Amino acid sequence: MERLSYEFPGGNPIPTANSAVLIGVLGSGNLEVLVESASLGGACRIEIETAAFGFGRIWEAVLTDIFDQWRVGDVRISINDAGATPAVVSLRLNQALQAFAGKKP
Amino acid sequence: MSRWNKLGVNRAARIERASHVAKGKIVDATRIGDLLEQVIEPGDRVCIEGNNQKQADFLADALAHLDPAKVHDLHIVQSVLALPEHLDVFERGVASRLDFSFSGPQAARLARLLSSGKLKIGAIHTYLELFGRYFTDLTPRVSLVCAQAADREGNLYTGGNTEDTPVIVEATAFRRGVVIVQANEIVDRVPRVDIPGDWVDFVVRSPRPHYIEPLFTRDPAQISEVQVLMAMMAIKGIYAEYGVRRLNHGIGFDTAAIELLLPTYGESLGLRGKIATHWALNPHPALIPAIEAGFVESVHSFGSELGMENYVRARPDVFFTGPDGSLRSNRALSQTAGLYGCDMFIGSTLQIDLAGNSSTATLGRIAGFGGAPNMGSDARGRRHATEPWLRAGREADAGGIPRGRKLVVQMVETFREHMEPAFVERLDAWELAESAGLELPPVMIYGDDVTHILTEEGIANLLLCRNDEEREQAIRGVAGYTPVGLARDKRMVGNLRDRGVIRRPEDIGVDPAIATRDLLAARSMKDLVRASGGLYDPPTRFRSW
Repeated sequence: MERLSYEFPGGNPIPTANSAVLIGVLGSGNLEVLVESASLGGACRIEIETAAFGFGRIWEAVLTDIFDQWRVGDVRISINDAGATPAVVSLRLNQALQAFAGKKP
Repeated sequence: MSRWNKLGVNRAARIERASHVAKGKIVDATRIGDLLEQVIEPGDRVCIEGNNQKQADFLADALAHLDPAKVHDLHIVQSVLALPEHLDVFERGVASRLDFSFSGPQAARLARLLSSGKLKIGAIHTYLELFGRYFTDLTPRVSLVCAQAADREGNLYTGGNTEDTPVIVEATAFRRGVVIVQANEIVDRVPRVDIPGDWVDFVVRSPRPHYIEPLFTRDPAQISEVQVLMAMMAIKGIYAEYGVRRLNHGIGFDTAAIELLLPTYGESLGLRGKIATHWALNPHPALIPAIEAGFVESVHSFGSELGMENYVRARPDVFFTGPDGSLRSNRALSQTAGLYGCDMFIGSTLQIDLAGNSSTATLGRIAGFGGAPNMGSDARGRRHATEPWLRAGREADAGGIPRGRKLVVQMVETFREHMEPAFVERLDAWELAESAGLELPPVMIYGDDVTHILTEEGIANLLLCRNDEEREQAIRGVAGYTPVGLARDKRMVGNLRDRGVIRRPEDIGVDPAIATRDLLAARSMKDLVRASGGLYDPPTRFRSW
């Protein structure tokens, strides 16, 4: 099990009234994503627990692209990963953020 | 006479030697070893019918257990090595040389036997290429084939899995070779004659029915959302874009997802009758919902598929069937249909390099090619025009006299399981060729034949690339977070996207948010049975009920 954490400052805060969203399943090759409001001074914090070791660089590249697309702030995203590929990670994060923000990026 | 008929004289001697083993053409299963020893001579070129699906397993086993002191140094020519017996002949010293096409299930053992010096490989072929050589320099002296049923005159009924039998028997029988058949049953009258009796020398009733592999069955329950997304991109960004009506699908979950999206997503785009109407394809269970929805006009098959017999029989307007009602397949002719009669091939792969060369070779496994390179290549001998073919030709803009192009699409997730990148700087095929002493790296589809690469990140249209640098960046631009993808020139990739060389899902109006399994016309094996009106009868291993 590896724990990774990233913080992206300068996003647009999402109203705290937005209720948390949980998407995905913790099956092999898949992941769970929890998106919730948090007072983070406009930042977006992403915390990952992953079954696979040594893929920090790829996580960072995937999450940077997602943040550049959405630019959400005051949001905490928790990821419980069972070895999902970047394709699945992107798909799930987009689905979760779309459900949480109630719109497309 | 004998000066010009050495083959005939030799054949007569073989038949004469075997006459005490047979009653007419019929040989008892317990005498099979005697028969083979009388008929086969050391150094013979022997064809074992090993197909993609149907296997002459009883004869292969008997051949492998011959005494190497009597029968040795055989040259085996065979399209597919599927069973352990197919390699036992080399391990036991009965055979020493091999020309073949595909060895998927035995690929690792084949590589080990090769490195231990137990056999020499002449060449690894595509199916059509190997069949072509049966009629030139690799004509079998003795062929061991299989049939569903035979009568006492040797007339054969192959059932739905005719596959390679006509090609093998014709090459052997008409050059004074000997044809030996294992049949599941011997009957007074076969339901239809697939092979005429005077092309057949000996028939043995096999103690058990020949083995058939349900190779083309994919359980819809295992299709992922990423595969649904890629299937949506294929349908909207390629099938609809070019108006592809005549096509072949490679094997796998990626293309099964496309088949299952035709009656849902395809229908919602108004594409029924406009795409995917004529197929060179085995009877894929995953195609049932599209057939039932009226998408499909015709399907010609390389072989059959276990469990599809009754469904095929009930849909004679769609499938090629005999007067008896059962499927008639033919690998050589369906390969020809795929090569010359189709406008598109789409299939999965394992590795793609920066020039678009696509390979399924991995180290320590000599898996061969099968038929994909025949379908997945531009048919340079083609002369008839269709709209998709002309449009692809215009996009390639080679200058000079106008001509068309076959669409050859490679569909692949950027990472395979265990985070193996599908995009690489150098194919494993190079290392395999070096370690196995092959003359060529085994490339499934050459880069200059590939027209589109489709990943979850987008579609790269290689026809529109005007030089090697653009081609490389177009490939990097859909290679996702693989090292090859991360090393892209972002400015150039942006430029290629502006020109439509690279298209993202949003560029073609595909919304990843609706890419869920709910879009699949069948989500389980049971759904497929239901869609067939109960006619499809899946093999036990695919049943959970």
